[in-house]
Amino acid sequence: MSGVKGMSGKTSDKMSDKTRERLLYLLSPIGLIAVWQILLMLGIGDRRFIPAPSDIAQRFVRLLASGELEWHVAVTLYRVLVGYVIGAVPAVAVGLLMAMFKPVRIFFDPLIAALFPIPKIALMPLLLLAFGLGDASKIALVAIAVFFPVVVNTYVGAANIDKIYWDVARNYGASPTVMFSRVVFFGALPTIFAGLRIALAVSFIVLVASEFVATKSGIGYLIWNSWELLQVDVMFVGIVTIGVLGLITSVLFAEIERKTIPWKTE
Amino acid sequence: MPTLHDKSSFTVVRRGAAVEIARLRKEYRSGQGCILALDDISLKVSPGEFVCIVGPSGCGKSTLLRILAGLDTQSSGAMRVEAPGWAVVNAMVFQESGLFPWMSVEANVGFGLMTRGVPHAQAKERVQAALALVGLTRFRAHYPHQLSGGMRQRCAIARAFVTDPGMLLMDEPFAALDAQNRTLLQAELLRIWEDTRKTVVYVTHSIEEALLLGDRTVLMTAQPGRIKKIIDVPFARPRDLLTLSASGEFGALKLEIWRLLEDEVNRARAEAQA
Repeated sequence: MSGVKGMSGKTSDKMSDKTRERLLYLLSPIGLIAVWQILLMLGIGDRRFIPAPSDIAQRFVRLLASGELEWHVAVTLYRVLVGYVIGAVPAVAVGLLMAMFKPVRIFFDPLIAALFPIPKIALMPLLLLAFGLGDASKIALVAIAVFFPVVVNTYVGAANIDKIYWDVARNYGASPTVMFSRVVFFGALPTIFAGLRIALAVSFIVLVASEFVATKSGIGYLIWNSWELLQVDVMFVGIVTIGVLGLITSVLFAEIERKTIPWKTE
Repeated sequence: MPTLHDKSSFTVVRRGAAVEIARLRKEYRSGQGCILALDDISLKVSPGEFVCIVGPSGCGKSTLLRILAGLDTQSSGAMRVEAPGWAVVNAMVFQESGLFPWMSVEANVGFGLMTRGVPHAQAKERVQAALALVGLTRFRAHYPHQLSGGMRQRCAIARAFVTDPGMLLMDEPFAALDAQNRTLLQAELLRIWEDTRKTVVYVTHSIEEALLLGDRTVLMTAQPGRIKKIIDVPFARPRDLLTLSASGEFGALKLEIWRLLEDEVNRARAEAQA
């Protein structure tokens, strides 16, 4: 047997390894759906309460065709996006300032320690009083929920920047502004992104919960309303939609992260 | 203001910074009490001189360099650095290069110009010249993690030289490199230095390196760091490092200093084990 043949045999083995891995990756969700469908088709389980995947798919297509699902998705995404930006931008700024200036740290530390553990959804009634029944109260809730993981991650990231970078910056004449914008911010960026990623999941969690009450739109409303009407298939459509939105935004996010941190070694 | 690419500024007319250290002492406050890191350090460095500081680990040689760089302050004693006509008094080259991982080679080298508000076009020109000087022109768009250890230190040296400082402070800059790369970079450093005649204070734990590079070698004792002896290095310049290191004269001097330092190393080891 020639060496070349052996080599090519090896590469093709590797290729099939990768394909096998990909198949395995799909196996668990497809398997779950298949078992679910078969059990219900065999008459095990009550189809009124647990719709089959095929029922959900049909309902999904109908909701899409009527434009209803798109409307709810648009409302939910709008609230998440606006709330996320309003919460994350000041969180990054405060986190960096905390790492750079001790008084800022001392000022914010007790506030964060006290407010971080409060389940943010518990603030919903308060926010309804303050911001009314419209989008503002939901956006405020998302912003508050996003703020904490981002501020803590930013602070930790900035505070743990290798000491040598501070020394270099000082020795090479960096002003506080340069220190802030060119050194501390970028040094903390990988950790900031970890915080932003957590915040993304958190924002969906609190928003959908908040949409259960006092609103007539959004995926959360769709889920809750279908429960009241006992349209279980619609409920599942809502749940699946949230999962898909989470997946898509998370993939997009990873792409943005890769583009923003080109120095991060793979 | 003379610039780096302007060859006339490299002549001895504008000599490097002068340093005068008198009875310098540095104590660190730690948990139980005080640790005396540096004691009674007195040293004069002439403009354009290449001084190497050698001593066992923990002798405070890096602390001394940090005090010179303004990154630390002494507990008592005086230190004066005179750098008339220099816009930048000192620039440090750190042991682990300290390049910002989020900046390209070009941005890293230009950092000290950016912080000091040098106009963009002029900064760019000076950075190009500095990159050419260390042979990194082709790699200007790379990030530090894409460079080898030797290239990273070249980049750090360019970053220091580009600011045109009166004095270069170097903290074991080649300690992490393999022997071949180290010899190469030592030769390059000497070549650049001989063109510019900036004052250099170079910290190392290697006697050999100190003798190869320096005009004088300052031997320090183990903790607390004191100056044990200052040795004039007699070798003529420009030096051919490989020939020099193979010569009998060099070996004899190295042995002599090694004997002097041996007690210190042993003492430091004994104290560490106690």
